[in-house]
Amino acid sequence: MRHIMIKVEDLHNSFNGFEVLRGVTFEVAKGEILALMGRSGYGKSVLLKHVAGLMKPDRGRVLIDNKDLVSLRGKELEQLRSRFGFVFQNGALFDSLTIFENVAFPLIEKTKLSKQEIKNRVTSALDEVGLTGSENKYPAQMSGGMIRRAALARSLVRNPEIILFDEPTTGLDPIIGHAILNLIDSCHRRFGFTGILVTHEIPGAFDIVQKVAMLHEGKILILASPQGILSSDDPIVQQFITGSIEGPIQYH
Amino acid sequence: MMLVRRLGALSLMVLRRIGRMGLFLARTVLLAGTPPFKFSQLLRQIQFIGSQSVLVIFLTGAFAGMVLGLQGYYTLNRFGSAALLGPMVALSLIKELGPVLCALMVTGRAGSAMTAEIGIMRITEQIDAIELMGVNPFRYLVVPKFLAGILALPLLTAIFDVVGIFGGYLIGVKLLGTGEGTYFGEMGNYVDLQDILGGIYKSLCFGALIAWVCCYKGYYAGFGARGVSKATTQAVVLSSVLILIWDYVMTSLLL
Repeated sequence: MRHIMIKVEDLHNSFNGFEVLRGVTFEVAKGEILALMGRSGYGKSVLLKHVAGLMKPDRGRVLIDNKDLVSLRGKELEQLRSRFGFVFQNGALFDSLTIFENVAFPLIEKTKLSKQEIKNRVTSALDEVGLTGSENKYPAQMSGGMIRRAALARSLVRNPEIILFDEPTTGLDPIIGHAILNLIDSCHRRFGFTGILVTHEIPGAFDIVQKVAMLHEGKILILASPQGILSSDDPIVQQFITGSIEGPIQYH
Repeated sequence: MMLVRRLGALSLMVLRRIGRMGLFLARTVLLAGTPPFKFSQLLRQIQFIGSQSVLVIFLTGAFAGMVLGLQGYYTLNRFGSAALLGPMVALSLIKELGPVLCALMVTGRAGSAMTAEIGIMRITEQIDAIELMGVNPFRYLVVPKFLAGILALPLLTAIFDVVGIFGGYLIGVKLLGTGEGTYFGEMGNYVDLQDILGGIYKSLCFGALIAWVCCYKGYYAGFGARGVSKATTQAVVLSSVLILIWDYVMTSLLL
């Protein structure tokens, strides 16, 4: 039987009277990566922040390994969150810390590892993402691709069970974007985390995910395998995949 | 009817903000008293709020004392009381000017930086990242600044007072000719421990107040560069106004 790691049930949320999420329901099995696609500005990042417990819904539940994240507070919430990794769209690295200090941060704050052990873990994580030699650089001295890789290293360093990726390839050139996706794939194979990948890399990202969901008008329009999405005859899905400006989705 | 509704909405908004500020303070105080303590962060903040403010406190203290010496000498001389210049300078500095001017200077130098730092961390999702690592951002970012404010302000005020008294001495004694023994001797007669403690109590409160207001404004900064700049301005203005109001309240209580 499939172990469901992330379960989102009938999630609603609105901002200034505009309902962004209108009953989102989906689940992600342990070890799977779900790609979440949809139009820009229509709630994908908001949904991801709900899954991480950074935002509270107006209605609905987010179950992480059968624990209701929405009802958790204080220490319990902190404990559950420490099972997460989150790769933000802009990396969200601490700009006053070096790359080494950024990656070491969760280990220093949340573990009792010795300095040497921390150094080994950080070096290994940076090596994993191809950033050996960049330990002493500050985020401002690095390119967009390097920042995303450092953010990925910071997420991986504690071997989280769940990693949420908020458009990790947006704004990067196609080669670097592809390299980041490959990196996510190789880390997934090695560490076996469960993930949600918010992305516009279609169909590039489809090679590394097991499921794809499309968020449309505040609801999950379709949830299927990558092949199922590509062969879907839903005109909305087709228009989104092909990027056509003609179709049911109005772009203005 | 429309006016009543607007007034009601405004009152609710003000109450909500005051409540949120109150909760922010309560949470900070609660976390400040419970482990784990972030000593390295605390030391870094003491260095930033405290030791890096010494030069500006030294300069403002010196000139505040000098102007007090100058004004005080000519005013007291009119009444034939120039001998009381020392106590006048010392009491003015220890009871009022020291804590207040020092707090205003720290607000401008360190408080604004606190708001900007936390505000930028908010808008670039660094605070969200801290939370998602299972680290309490209040404990990591706010509590060390709050404690550092409480510890640093009395020390900075003491420096301000001492430098100010010597500033007054330079003008009153060296420039205008008041006797050295009179200046310091009368000071010993008129300044008592209660006056010094009053100044320390004030600076302790101001330290907490600056960190509270400035961290709060940064933590709830609006969007983008404009949001951070607005939060920084509001933090400096609100802290400065609250320092003067609280100074009045404390003075009336301590008298």
